Amino acid sequence: MSLIWLLGLVLAIAAVGYALGRTRALSSTNGDIRKLHSLPSYYGANVALKSAIPALLVLVVWLVAQPLIVSGVVSSDIPDSAIPEGSSRGLVMSEVKRVAAGLDGAVAAGTMSASYAASAQADMDDVTKRMRDAQQITPEALTPEILTAGQRFRAMVAQGKWAMTAVVLALAVAGAFWGLRESHAEFRARNTVERVTKVLLIAAASLAILTTVGIVLSLVFNTYEFFTMYPPLEFFFGTTWAPSFSGRGGSSELGIVPLLWGTFYISIVALAVAVPIGLFSAIYLSEYAGPKVRAIAKPLLEVLAGIPTIVYGLFALLTVGPLLVSIFGKDGFGWMQSGTAVMTAGIVMGIMLIPFVSSLSDDIINAVPQSLRDGSYGLGATKSETIKQVVLPAALPGIVGAILLAASRAIGETMIVVLGAGAAARLSLNPFEAMTTVTAKIVSQLTGDTDFSSPEMLVAFALGMTLFVVTLGLNIFALYIVRKYREQYE
Amino acid sequence: MTDATNNPPRHKTSLHTVDARTKRRNASEARFKMYGMTAILIGLAFLAILAVSIIRAGTPAFTRTVFDMELTLTQAEFEAAEKQLMKTKAYQAVFIDQLSAKLTEQNVQVAFDGKAIDRLLGKIGGDLRAHYRANPGDLGKPVQFTLPASSRVDGYFNGKVTRDTLVDSRFLEVSDLDLVDALHEAGIIHSAFNWTFITAADSSVDNPGGAGIGASVVGSFFMMIVVLGLSLPIGVAASIYLEEFAPKNRFTDLIEVNIANLAAVPSIVFGILGLAVFIQFMHLPNSAPLVGGLVLTLMTLPTIIISTRAALKAVPPSIRDAALGVGASKMQAVFHHVLPLAMPGILTGTIIGLAQALGETAPLLLIGMVGFVAREYPDGLAEGFLNANSAMPAQIYTWAARADSAFYDKAWGGIIILLIFLLTMNIIAILLRRRFERRW
Repeated sequence: MSLIWLLGLVLAIAAVGYALGRTRALSSTNGDIRKLHSLPSYYGANVALKSAIPALLVLVVWLVAQPLIVSGVVSSDIPDSAIPEGSSRGLVMSEVKRVAAGLDGAVAAGTMSASYAASAQADMDDVTKRMRDAQQITPEALTPEILTAGQRFRAMVAQGKWAMTAVVLALAVAGAFWGLRESHAEFRARNTVERVTKVLLIAAASLAILTTVGIVLSLVFNTYEFFTMYPPLEFFFGTTWAPSFSGRGGSSELGIVPLLWGTFYISIVALAVAVPIGLFSAIYLSEYAGPKVRAIAKPLLEVLAGIPTIVYGLFALLTVGPLLVSIFGKDGFGWMQSGTAVMTAGIVMGIMLIPFVSSLSDDIINAVPQSLRDGSYGLGATKSETIKQVVLPAALPGIVGAILLAASRAIGETMIVVLGAGAAARLSLNPFEAMTTVTAKIVSQLTGDTDFSSPEMLVAFALGMTLFVVTLGLNIFALYIVRKYREQYE
Repeated sequence: MTDATNNPPRHKTSLHTVDARTKRRNASEARFKMYGMTAILIGLAFLAILAVSIIRAGTPAFTRTVFDMELTLTQAEFEAAEKQLMKTKAYQAVFIDQLSAKLTEQNVQVAFDGKAIDRLLGKIGGDLRAHYRANPGDLGKPVQFTLPASSRVDGYFNGKVTRDTLVDSRFLEVSDLDLVDALHEAGIIHSAFNWTFITAADSSVDNPGGAGIGASVVGSFFMMIVVLGLSLPIGVAASIYLEEFAPKNRFTDLIEVNIANLAAVPSIVFGILGLAVFIQFMHLPNSAPLVGGLVLTLMTLPTIIISTRAALKAVPPSIRDAALGVGASKMQAVFHHVLPLAMPGILTGTIIGLAQALGETAPLLLIGMVGFVAREYPDGLAEGFLNANSAMPAQIYTWAARADSAFYDKAWGGIIILLIFLLTMNIIAILLRRRFERRW
């Protein structure tokens, strides 16, 4: 029975429970709704919740736990002799899983019977051939140990599936009976249902905490794993980034310094574009522009923030890059080798950040009390003098906060640098040279690779950890500054 | 300003004549205003440039050059072709032979050979083979085919490839362009709307003409179903708790701080989370829209929670008081009265959150939803969620990262499609807000 059916069945039991609970409660007072403690629908909901929630909870836990337990048991049963030289238990285990999947596929394709798949032991070649006939991936040399383990794996998965179905359905039915027994006039159904609802609400809100914990744990565990293979000092202070791909041999140099430098340099260029334009836009929009201009210009600028970053990435790669090359390249100043460079990524990222800086600064400038401006005008200052000498100093902490938030955005931005900044990790001052960033390297180290055992892949988690810590620090610092400033006028 | 009192000996001043200092101050005022206007204009100019370059570079993806030809394949030719090792090549050869015959018959005044025609053709052998395998009855009868030309011929019609810029290669030679012109005049090739781009899946690296965004649109669609189905209920539940029920205590503060920080965590970190938790730990399938949807759900939840809380806050307390006053429980007041009134605002926020998720690329790359896995449409609902697929932005990235510049057109075209989706979603959000927004 597939998962969707099981889910549907549990929900159906809950729905039937709802209807039964309702009628049972009503009939307990001979249809007189006034004698019930709660509205009839609450009795129904009580039954439905009691049957669905425990069943679904067990289902989710089972789904997560079963693969872990089954692989654990099967892999510990593989004799050490079955693990070839230079291989590991994990590799053999993935072979076992492939065999199990191959047997499944072969049974589904009809090239072997279910009993043959479960018990065949004699002829490895025949088993392999039958699996190949069903167009399944097979190991090059099937050994009896691996086949036994694969069959064991299949059997356990199948048993687990049956057990899960039985347990979940039993729980749903039992819950429904429990709820139905309670459905009589005196039972405080509404209070119960509301208590459960509240717990569900709290659980939903706690997901935010869970997500953060998930992020931190996934980063910490894999980073720790990485540091057991690669010395942390060399990672943090190494000035060369030259990963070798596992299998080709040779040792990798994984120094984060060139990546941090690239990230920092591109962010600076981006901020140099975004901050003046964004800030002046905000000043003009909040102090000079009439309501009509504001109503048109502000949303139009904010469109820039709504455009997906892949669009900016392509814009950098195919429009801005070639344009810059035609000016600064061989035919122009001769500073630029190719379209992907710090400048390309920086300028485009700056465009993306304009609305970010302008909206935040706009809010902050608007929050400066009018009385401060009026006082300045009263003393004979012009509008620009008021802005420069009164409004901006008053808004400064908030604006700094906004710029810091923009900086954290720039550091965490991925697609623009992946497409626009190049792939070479370099320590150079020339902004027309290709450099790379932390985020771009996370993408290139992790894309399409799920071998969680090589330092070349695990380094991405250490990079992610660095990125997370840096952006988190910037965000907290920025929010702290903005909050502190707000308290002055509220 | 204070200078006036410090410097008593002043020349006669008048309010009617503007003195040098005032002039300077006024000039600086005008200058400052100019800076502001320039900044806005630069910002808007960037927007305009972006829009123009997307439309200009993206429209070629929607047209393609096609051969319109009647072809007759005999049973014997079919069987011969099926026996060959490279079957699609054999079909292509049949097509070239018949086209050559037709050209000779029509007395086209241009030098050509089979190789030249081969260079002009897209990957048509597969199309032909598929047609005859599906319709064996058509064998021996003349059938009208519309088949794609190579992407370089597309480039010639778009103005990307010209006689001056073209360098002879195994893909196209300058002399071939004469043949293209002749074929165009004879009405054999012409431009047509490129339905393949809308409906097809990603193609192999050497076949830009056959690449389409259809499969990845389906991938995005299944992801959005997951995001909508999870983030709307969870986001609303979390917001209701925080806005209506949460006591002021440490735990609530912790949740609030977490939501604020998650909203600012770089999207790629969510990709790492997805890779480690859903794929490394839970062993969910690689590249599945289900996993992509889960990752994007976690990413959009803060956005949805923030906008939902604003919508709940906008419902005046008198509504709650009235409900409580006639005997509703707190839960009833919220679910029966506050929530329906806040619904338009919640939906608006949700649509904007979904639009944000739809355009997100980086986390999808980490969980393996890169473009080239989008090779076919899923067969059913469960496959739609679990089979490897890509999503629109990831597909665009894959095309942009390929070496063949013919794929760049596809990438720009893909962006137009993506932006059409985003625009539609945002317009719906704006209309919802206009239609249902209530000021209290």
